[in-house]
Amino acid sequence: MLAFSSPVIDYHALAPELVLSAGLCVVLLVDLFVPDHRRWITGTLTGLFLLGALVPVVTLAVIGDDVRSSLSGEGVTGRYVVDNFALVLKALFLLTGYIVVLLSAHEIEEGHYQGEFYVLLLSSVLGMVMMASARDLVSLFIALEFLSIPAYMMAAWKKRDRKSNEAGVKYYLLGVFASAVMLYGMSLLYGVAGSTLLTDIGKSVTLKGDRVGVQVLGVVFVIVGFAFKVSAVPFHTWAPDTYEGAPTPVTAFLSVGSKAAGFVGLVVLVYLAFPQARDVYRPFLWVMAALTMTIGNLIALKQTNIVRMLAYSSVSQGGFILMPLAMAFTNGAQETSLRAVIVYLIIYAATNLGAFAIVIAVSRKTRSGEITSFGGLFQYAPGLTVLMTVFLASLAGIPPLGGWYGKFAAFRAVLDAAGGWGYTIAIVGAVNAVIATAYYVNVMREMWMKPVPDSDVTPIKVYGSVQAALVICGVATLVLGVLPGLIAKVGAITDLATGP
Amino acid sequence: MEPIQDLQWLLSLGTFLPLVGVLLMLFVPKKDVDTAKTIAVGTALATLAVGVYTALKFDYGQSERLQFFTSNSWIKPIRATYTIGLDGISLPLYLLSMVITVVVMIYSWNHVPPPGNTKAFFILMLVLQTGMAGTFMAQDLILFFVFFELVLLPMYFMIGVWGGDNRQYASLKFFLYTMFGSALMLVGFIALFVVTKNNASDPAAANFSFQWFNENGPDVARNTAVWIFAGLFIGFAVKVPMFPFHTWLPDAHTEAPTQGSVILAAILLKLGTYGFVRIAIPFLPQAAVKWAPAIAVLAVIGIIYGALGCLAQTDMKRLIAFSSVAHMGFVMLGISTLTDLGINAALFGMVAHGLITGMLFFIAGSVKERYHTLQISQLSGMLKQMPRMGWIFGFCAMASLGLPGLAGFWGEFPALLSAWSPAQVLVSNGHLDLFRILTTISALGTVLAAGYLLWLFQRTAMGEPAAISVGSAGHDSHDIHDVNAFEWAAWTPLLIAIVVLGIVPKLLLDLSDPGVQLITEVFRK
Repeated sequence: MLAFSSPVIDYHALAPELVLSAGLCVVLLVDLFVPDHRRWITGTLTGLFLLGALVPVVTLAVIGDDVRSSLSGEGVTGRYVVDNFALVLKALFLLTGYIVVLLSAHEIEEGHYQGEFYVLLLSSVLGMVMMASARDLVSLFIALEFLSIPAYMMAAWKKRDRKSNEAGVKYYLLGVFASAVMLYGMSLLYGVAGSTLLTDIGKSVTLKGDRVGVQVLGVVFVIVGFAFKVSAVPFHTWAPDTYEGAPTPVTAFLSVGSKAAGFVGLVVLVYLAFPQARDVYRPFLWVMAALTMTIGNLIALKQTNIVRMLAYSSVSQGGFILMPLAMAFTNGAQETSLRAVIVYLIIYAATNLGAFAIVIAVSRKTRSGEITSFGGLFQYAPGLTVLMTVFLASLAGIPPLGGWYGKFAAFRAVLDAAGGWGYTIAIVGAVNAVIATAYYVNVMREMWMKPVPDSDVTPIKVYGSVQAALVICGVATLVLGVLPGLIAKVGAITDLATGP
Repeated sequence: MEPIQDLQWLLSLGTFLPLVGVLLMLFVPKKDVDTAKTIAVGTALATLAVGVYTALKFDYGQSERLQFFTSNSWIKPIRATYTIGLDGISLPLYLLSMVITVVVMIYSWNHVPPPGNTKAFFILMLVLQTGMAGTFMAQDLILFFVFFELVLLPMYFMIGVWGGDNRQYASLKFFLYTMFGSALMLVGFIALFVVTKNNASDPAAANFSFQWFNENGPDVARNTAVWIFAGLFIGFAVKVPMFPFHTWLPDAHTEAPTQGSVILAAILLKLGTYGFVRIAIPFLPQAAVKWAPAIAVLAVIGIIYGALGCLAQTDMKRLIAFSSVAHMGFVMLGISTLTDLGINAALFGMVAHGLITGMLFFIAGSVKERYHTLQISQLSGMLKQMPRMGWIFGFCAMASLGLPGLAGFWGEFPALLSAWSPAQVLVSNGHLDLFRILTTISALGTVLAAGYLLWLFQRTAMGEPAAISVGSAGHDSHDIHDVNAFEWAAWTPLLIAIVVLGIVPKLLLDLSDPGVQLITEVFRK
C-alpha cells in the first residue's frame, strides 16, 4: 500500500538551489587545490555562484506568474513551491549573500580557512533560499536548520578571539533551544491537523472545538522559535553579544539575511497556517512588536560600540516589521501588511548592509569599534561620511532615503487595520521612530562635528570589493527612497500561493 | 475647480535645478573653492530666473486655480502621485525661497563661517532650496512630506557643523523636535487617507492628492477629524513653532550660522504655517473649527511670551529669535480666525516676516563679524562707526515692529482686526468673547514689540562706540567697516521688497485672496 512513487522534479524551479549546491561542492574542492596566496579565488567563485543562482530566479520570474511546485507527486505537491513571493525573497537572499562575500574578502582571517568560510556561507544562503519556498512544517524546519547551523560556526570564526567564541556558543545554545521549542510546537500542530502542509494546518487550527489548548500552545511555541531568529524582545538576548563578537561581515549577514529568513518563516506561518488563529498570534505579536521597538531602542541609546548599537537598532527595526504582521488579518489588511513586511525587508537589507560596510571600512583603519572612533570622519573620509549619513538617515526613516518608505508602508498597514489595536501600535511606532533618530544622529554628529580622536587623518584605504558593496547599497537606498514604486508592487497577496 | 495645465515642466525644472548644480559641484575638487562657489551661485541665479519666468507666466486673473499643474503616477501601490501646481497662495512663498537662497549665497561668498569647507556649505544650501521649493509646489500629501523632510538633514548639518559654540546641542534639539512632529504628522496623513478611502463611495479612486482630500476630507466624522487634526497640528506647530513647542527655536537660531538663521527664519518656519493653511484647515474644516480657539490661545501666549522673552535677552541674535516666536504668533492668530482677512494677513505676514527677520539675522551676522560679540551690553554706537549699517538696522527694526508703510504692518494689523471678528462659525460656537479678549492681549504684544526693538536699537546703535571696538589710539579697530559690496548686493533686494510690499500690499493680497476665499467659504456660514 505504501508504494513509494518518486516525485516529479521541476528542474527549472529547483535550479537556484541546484546551482548553490553545485557551488558548495566546487568551492570545497577548489579550496583543496589552490595555494595559500590564491585563496581569494574561493571568494570570487562563491560570488559567481551566488550571482549564477540569481539567473534562474530571474528567468522564472520572467517566464510568468504561474505557481509551480518544485516537487510534485504523491504527498509532496505544494510543500515546496515557487511563487512570486518566493522569487522576490530568493533574489533578496542571493544578493545579500553576494554583498556579504564582497565584505568578507579582506576581513575573514586571511589564509587558511577562507574556503571553509565560503562553503558555510553558501550553505546558509541555500537554507534561506529554501526557506522562501517552504510551505510545509518539515521543509520549513529543514530550511531553518540549514541556514542556522553554518551561521553558528561563522559567528565563532575568529578562533583565537574569546568574544567571537562566546558569540558562537551563545548563538548556538539559544538557537538550538529555540529550535527545540519550535519543533515541539510543530509536533502539536501536526497532532491537531494530521498534516504538515501549512494550508492544511490553516484549516484545522481554528481555535474551536476540542484541543483548543493544544492549538494555542502549538501556535505560540512555533512563533517563539521564529522570534528567536528575528531577535524579537524578549528573545533577543543573544543578538548583541553575538553581533559584537562575530566578524563584522558575519554580523551583517546575521542581522540582514538570517533575520529576513526568520521573518519569511513567520509570514508564511501567519498567512497560511494561522489565518484563523488571530486571537492567539495577534496579541502575542502585537506585544512583541511594541516591546521589540521600544526596548531595542532604549538600549541602543546607551551603546558606545557601533556594532552593538547597530545590533540593538536592528532589534528595534525588527519591531517595525512585526508591527504590520501582527495586524495582518484585521479588517482586511492582509495585502498592505504583506507588502509592508517584504518592502521593509528589502530596504532594510540594502541600508543595513551598507552601514556595516562602512563600519568594516572604517574599523580597518581605526582598529576600534567605539562610536567615538568615527570622530571627525568627515575631515579625512568625506565620501564614507556622506554614505554613512545616507544609511543612518535611511534607517531613521528620513525621506528621501529608502527607509522612509519602509516605515510608511508599515504605518499604512496598521492604520489600514484600524481599530484600537492598529492606532495604538501606530503611535507606539511613531514615538519609537523618533527615539531611534537620537542614536543614529549621535553617530552623524560624531562624524561631522567632533574632532578626530587621535588627530590621525591618514586617508582610509577602501578595498575594491567593499567599494562595490557600498555602491550597490548606496544606490539601492537612494533609488528605493525616491522611486519606491519599483518594489512597492511586490508582495501582492496573490503572490503568496496557497497551493499549486 | 479645474487646474490649468500649461508649461507642466516649469515647476519641476525650478525645483530640481539646484540638484543639477549639486551634481556638478561633486566633481569639483575640494580645493577649487571659486569654481564651486561660481557653480552654486550660478545655479541659484538660474533657479531664480526660472522662478521669475514662472511668476511672469502666472495667470493673475485666475490665481485661485492651480497653474503649471501636472499629475503623474509615482508610487502606484500606495496611490501617491507626483502632483504639482502653484496658486496665488503658494506662488509668493515659492518665489521667496528662491530669492532668499540667492541672497544668502551672495552673502556667503566671503562669509563662509568656520570651519570652512565652502563646497559642502554651498551644496547644503542648494539641497535646502530644492526641499523648500518642492514643499510649496507639492499637491500630494506624500510628495509634500518627502520635501518637508528633505530640508531637515541639510539644516541639521548647517547648524551642527558651521554653528556657534553650543551647536551640537542646538542641532540635535532641532532635529529631534522636528522628527517628533513629522512622525506624528505622517501617522495623521495616513490615517486621513485611510478614513477618507473607507468613507468614499468609490474607494478605488482614493489617492494622496490634495484634490482628493479637499473633496473628501470635510466628510470625515468630527470626532475622528479632531484626532487626525491633532497629529497634523503637532507636526506643523513644531515647525512654526508655536508655544509650547518653540523651545528648539531660540537655540537653533542662536547657534546657527547667519545663513542658516536667515533660511530658517525666512522659509523653514513658513513650512509649518503653510501646512495649516494648505492642508490642516481645508482638509479637516470641522476639526479646524474645534481647534481654532486652542490655536488662538496658544498663538497669543506665543506673542506675549516671545515679547517678554525678547525683553529678557542679553544676546542680540537670541532676541531676534524670540521675536520670531512672537511674530509667528500673529501669523497663527490670523489663521485661527478662519476668516479671509485673517488668513490673508497670515500669508502676508509669512512673507513679511521672512524678509524682515531674514534681514535682521543678516545684520546680526555682520555685527558679530565686526565686533566679535552679540552681547547687547558690549555693543553701542553703531551709528557713529558704521552709519549705513546702523540705519539699515534701524529701518529693519521699524519694519519688524509693524510700522505702517513697511511690510511688517500688513501682517500684524489685519491679523488683529480679524481676531476681533472671527469667522461666523466660531461666533456661533460662542467663541466671540474669547477672540476679543485675545485681540486685546495681543495688541499689547505690539506695544511690547515696539519696546524691545527700539530698546535694542537704542542700546546697540546709539551712544558712543563700544569700548571693544576702539583701538588703543582712539581709532576704530580694523574689523569695523561699513556695509560692504557683498552685503549691499544681498540686502538691497530684501530692503526694496520691504518698502514696496509696505506701500503696495495689494501685490500680495490680491494674489492670495481668491485662494483664501475658497478655503474660508465653509466657515462663513
